[in-house]
Amino acid sequence: MLEIKNVSKNFEKFKLNDISFNLESGYIMGFIGPNGAGKSTTIKLIMNLLKKDSGEIKIFGKDHIDFEREVKNRIGFVYDESYFYEDLTINQMKNIIAPFYKNWDEKMFSKYIKDFNLDYTQKIKKLSKGMKMKFSLATALSHNADLIIMDEPTSGLDPIFRREILDILYSVIQDENKSIFFSTHITTDLEKVADYITFINNGEIVFSKSKDEVLESYGVVKGGKDLLDGDTRKEFIGIRETNVGFEGLAENPQRLKKIFGSEILIERPTLEDIMIYSVRR
Amino acid sequence: MRIIVSNSSSEPIYEQIASQIKGMIIKGELEEGDALPSIRGLAKDLQISVITTKRAYEELEKEGFIETMQGKGSFVAMQNKELMKEKKLKVIEEKLTEVVAESRLLGLEYKEVKEMLKILFEEE
Repeated sequence: MLEIKNVSKNFEKFKLNDISFNLESGYIMGFIGPNGAGKSTTIKLIMNLLKKDSGEIKIFGKDHIDFEREVKNRIGFVYDESYFYEDLTINQMKNIIAPFYKNWDEKMFSKYIKDFNLDYTQKIKKLSKGMKMKFSLATALSHNADLIIMDEPTSGLDPIFRREILDILYSVIQDENKSIFFSTHITTDLEKVADYITFINNGEIVFSKSKDEVLESYGVVKGGKDLLDGDTRKEFIGIRETNVGFEGLAENPQRLKKIFGSEILIERPTLEDIMIYSVRR
Repeated sequence: MRIIVSNSSSEPIYEQIASQIKGMIIKGELEEGDALPSIRGLAKDLQISVITTKRAYEELEKEGFIETMQGKGSFVAMQNKELMKEKKLKVIEEKLTEVVAESRLLGLEYKEVKEMLKILFEEE
């Protein structure tokens, strides 16, 4: 459904370096990484808002530039920054957007406007950040898109609406021919909904795996500082030491359990733990 | 049908789902031919990923508890009650073996473990 192969892009001070990952249909992929890791750049490359230097991007099995019109008709795109004309009303803006899509579904759109408590006559510039996001989401979901791509859709939104968005995402993938790709730094949202996690740091993909696999292959290990020496330190991806002990992220923590037995505590990591320790390294 | 998953449990969520459905089948709450929720519907209801529910169903299928028919969904498979009970007993035996091993490590005696078990039983 979405294939990124060896894609690179060079900027003066930042480089997206040879990134690759795949998303199959029927699944949700979360794209995580700290600010400035390359999440938005990657999404812009996918949407051809930026030109890639090298590599291949295929959407629905087709090159994203050679078949740009066709491909984009089947993508619902939600972007972090509002790209609407601020002085227009929701209805006017909708009338501009709708004709671009072959499968625009007016009924669906008005259902979302109603569900989201939006007002057709309201000017875009008068909308709060959350309402803008809702409007953006309503347009993305109203043309029968097979792939929903969202850049930070939940940032700046309150937990209640974030949960509503997750429910909407679940509704979308009840159809197994649809997929969702979204970037976020709020990893708790992903912990629930995502099937796959792609982690980007410093312009490079750290991993792209199923979420369960990610969460099972790491462990947060806690114990006394006396356990740390030159050798044992090497077992950790990242360690946080305090006066009363240490806490570290390790891959394959069961092996450490064998070494230290009951002297250490092993907990299931969160995606946030994995992100933080990997970045701190 | 009731499935409750804990996000803070150390048991993986797919295992929690599989073992609860298994339990319902063993206790007879779910009978042969009964339809299970769809993989995607269950993911939505439990607010977990599709892959996780899929994995739970795959596990159940592998062990012969359910059958999945393309395009129709998943159903409780024909069960051999005796065999099932035996399987369950084997699981308990394995878990008790672990308990014994851990107890030995700690130098606990049979009497102490027995007392613990008794208390746990009575708590229920």
